[in-house]
Amino acid sequence: MAKMNLLQAVNNALDLAMANDKRVVCFGEDIGKFGGVFRATSNLQDKYGRARCFNTPLTEQGIAGFAIGMAAQGHVPVAEMQFADYIFPAFDQIVNEAAKFRYRSGNQFNVAGLTIRTPYGGGIAGGLYHSQSPEAYFTQTPGLKVVVPSTPYQAKGLLLAAIRDPNPVIFFEPKRLYRAAVGEVPEDDFELPLGVAEVVKEGSDITLLAWGAQMEHLQAAAGMAEAEGISCEVIDLRTLLPWDVETVAKSVKKTGRLLITHEAPITGGFAGEIAATIQDHCFLYLESPIARVCGLDTPFPLVHEKEYMPDQYKIFEAIKNSIHY
Amino acid sequence: MSDKITHELRLMSGFEMPISTLSLLKADGSLHKGAKAPKLSKETALRIYDTMLFIRVLDERMVGAQRQGRLSFYMTCTGEEAAVIGSAAAFEDKDMIMGQYREHGALRYRGFTTQQFMHQMLSNSKDLGKGRQMPIHYGSNELNYMTISSPLATQIPQAAGYAYAQKLEGNNACTLVYFGEGAASEGDFHAGMNMAAVLKCPTVFFCRNNGYAISTPSEEQYAGDGIAARGVGYGMKTIRVDGNDVLAVYAACVEARKIAVENHEPVLVEAMSYRLGAHSTSDDPSGYRSREEEDKWRAVDPVLRMKNWMIAKKWWTEAEEKTAMENYRKEVLDTLKATEKVPAPALGELITDVYDKPDANLENQLASLREHIAKYPEKYPKTAASVNGEEH
Ligand SMILES: Cc1ncc(C[n+]2csc(CCOP(=O)(O)OP(=O)(O)O)c2C)c(N)n1
Ligand SMILES: [Mg+2]
Repeated sequence: MAKMNLLQAVNNALDLAMANDKRVVCFGEDIGKFGGVFRATSNLQDKYGRARCFNTPLTEQGIAGFAIGMAAQGHVPVAEMQFADYIFPAFDQIVNEAAKFRYRSGNQFNVAGLTIRTPYGGGIAGGLYHSQSPEAYFTQTPGLKVVVPSTPYQAKGLLLAAIRDPNPVIFFEPKRLYRAAVGEVPEDDFELPLGVAEVVKEGSDITLLAWGAQMEHLQAAAGMAEAEGISCEVIDLRTLLPWDVETVAKSVKKTGRLLITHEAPITGGFAGEIAATIQDHCFLYLESPIARVCGLDTPFPLVHEKEYMPDQYKIFEAIKNSIHY
Repeated sequence: MSDKITHELRLMSGFEMPISTLSLLKADGSLHKGAKAPKLSKETALRIYDTMLFIRVLDERMVGAQRQGRLSFYMTCTGEEAAVIGSAAAFEDKDMIMGQYREHGALRYRGFTTQQFMHQMLSNSKDLGKGRQMPIHYGSNELNYMTISSPLATQIPQAAGYAYAQKLEGNNACTLVYFGEGAASEGDFHAGMNMAAVLKCPTVFFCRNNGYAISTPSEEQYAGDGIAARGVGYGMKTIRVDGNDVLAVYAACVEARKIAVENHEPVLVEAMSYRLGAHSTSDDPSGYRSREEEDKWRAVDPVLRMKNWMIAKKWWTEAEEKTAMENYRKEVLDTLKATEKVPAPALGELITDVYDKPDANLENQLASLREHIAKYPEKYPKTAASVNGEEH
């Protein structure tokens, strides 16, 4: 075990993936010599050479299309989008191409090796275009997998699994936690399964569900609730597509209550999908409406960032409302 | 397409039409032999130079203020003042300017006040953008300066469309659009250039080729003859200029504007320069380029070059320079200090302008937010007071 922050865990996973498989290639804007604007790819060019770790021209649609081409040929590209806010020029390549490559060709062609990593989320005074959480745009795209780690341990285990998964994966990294989240991580190669949620803490009164950076607020709120005698079961979804319905449904059948929180705007957010599925599975077990604590239906603001964020106080209030419904 | 036919198999290289760089002023401020200075009045020259000095001071002071934690973020124009201000000076106030982010010199030239700069950078209630965007994302409807958007190159096809609409309106105005050589790799650049050429839009595409896109040097950005070669490829009138030579930039842009407005066609100007500072206050260039390389470019400083020319023309003196710099330093710092007292925008601004007016859903979200803040006032210091009564 070694102490790592989330960035170091990502770097370590990329390093191992490149060491163990010559087909793994990392590229994106500024990721070469410089090691990326957040330094997630530090030292990889020195270690594996410019052919396997390089700067691309500044074009996200180009990066995605290039990665798809490499993956179709049988390589294992790990492309970086500098910020999730800048993934949209690549939207067509990801949604219409990567996601449908296998299906449209009758499985003659695939982009099994493709992984796209991108830092997402707010809380860093980034305003409209350095704060967004665009996961829900991708969860409505069959053919993709969508993964969001919340700890250094998860970042390493899930990224290694994403790189080796035989499907295209979008890997959203919580940039607010890049340096803030520090934890013990095995030094060896290991994988955490995609599509499996983690029950972080067991409890009996209410199920609290989140992923990525929002886990921090969720756990702080759970702490506040526990102090008032409310027993919380905390679940980290880890993978949004495909998501672990079974683990969540089992928990909700036990607690009778569910709260879901994400930073993205509430309308059309992934919490809505979870709520619909869970009420379908657990209707007769529910003791209160499924609660959602999410971003407002506005662009991500700079000056009112604190007010916008679905923070621990908003979550705590929603927990109490659910309990006293 | 040209209809020239050949019977000899031969491939063209990417460099068969070497594009030359227009250069008029030498570093010492004298004209190159045979170079013809553009018609530039003393008044305009002074306004350009004064804007350069202001931007130098603003950049220097705001980087300092960012280090002191007085603002969250900043980007300088240092090294590119001649390219940005010299180009803006060749246009008329009715022409639209669409920038990337490093063109605050153009905005200042149009008349944006020190106070307006500060309101934006401190995201306060008097910021025209209502505190919603990061520092340096300026915009001014009054000055025909479109609000800056961080996603790169998006303004390029928009500039083609804006100019097309200007042409339809028939008021002899055009659109000047700035972008970096890095942004020119985006799909939007190619789409915008092609559409402007095909649809004959009065757009002047101005590429600031400053050698870097964050850490990526231009050698890793493109393999051809710069950005200018692409203008030719799209069938557009094109010129490359020394971007540190204010006279070359100005002369090229006067001509570009004339072509855009009189012939209704786009022009591409590529200004060769260098980003002397860090990409932004979040960046440290020592990780990807050498001091020596920076020093080489510092020696051909565009502001100093213009100063030498102005002094030689007896339009400017060292004494005037000293006074101007002192005045601007004081003005910038005094304004910063005073602006720090201006309150943040009211909480209600969180939901305005999403649409022309907030719908019931947004109003409900705001109402719950107010209730929540009233319960936890100490957690939301910026807006707690406004929730407890003072707000309209
Ligand atoms: C679509 C998009 N991708 C990436 C970024 C992040 N980014 C901001 S500035 C920049 C470099 C731009 O370089 P260039 O266009 O040469 O302009 P310069 O900074 O040199 O003035 C990058 C990659 C962005 N803002 N938008
Ligand atoms: Mg550049």
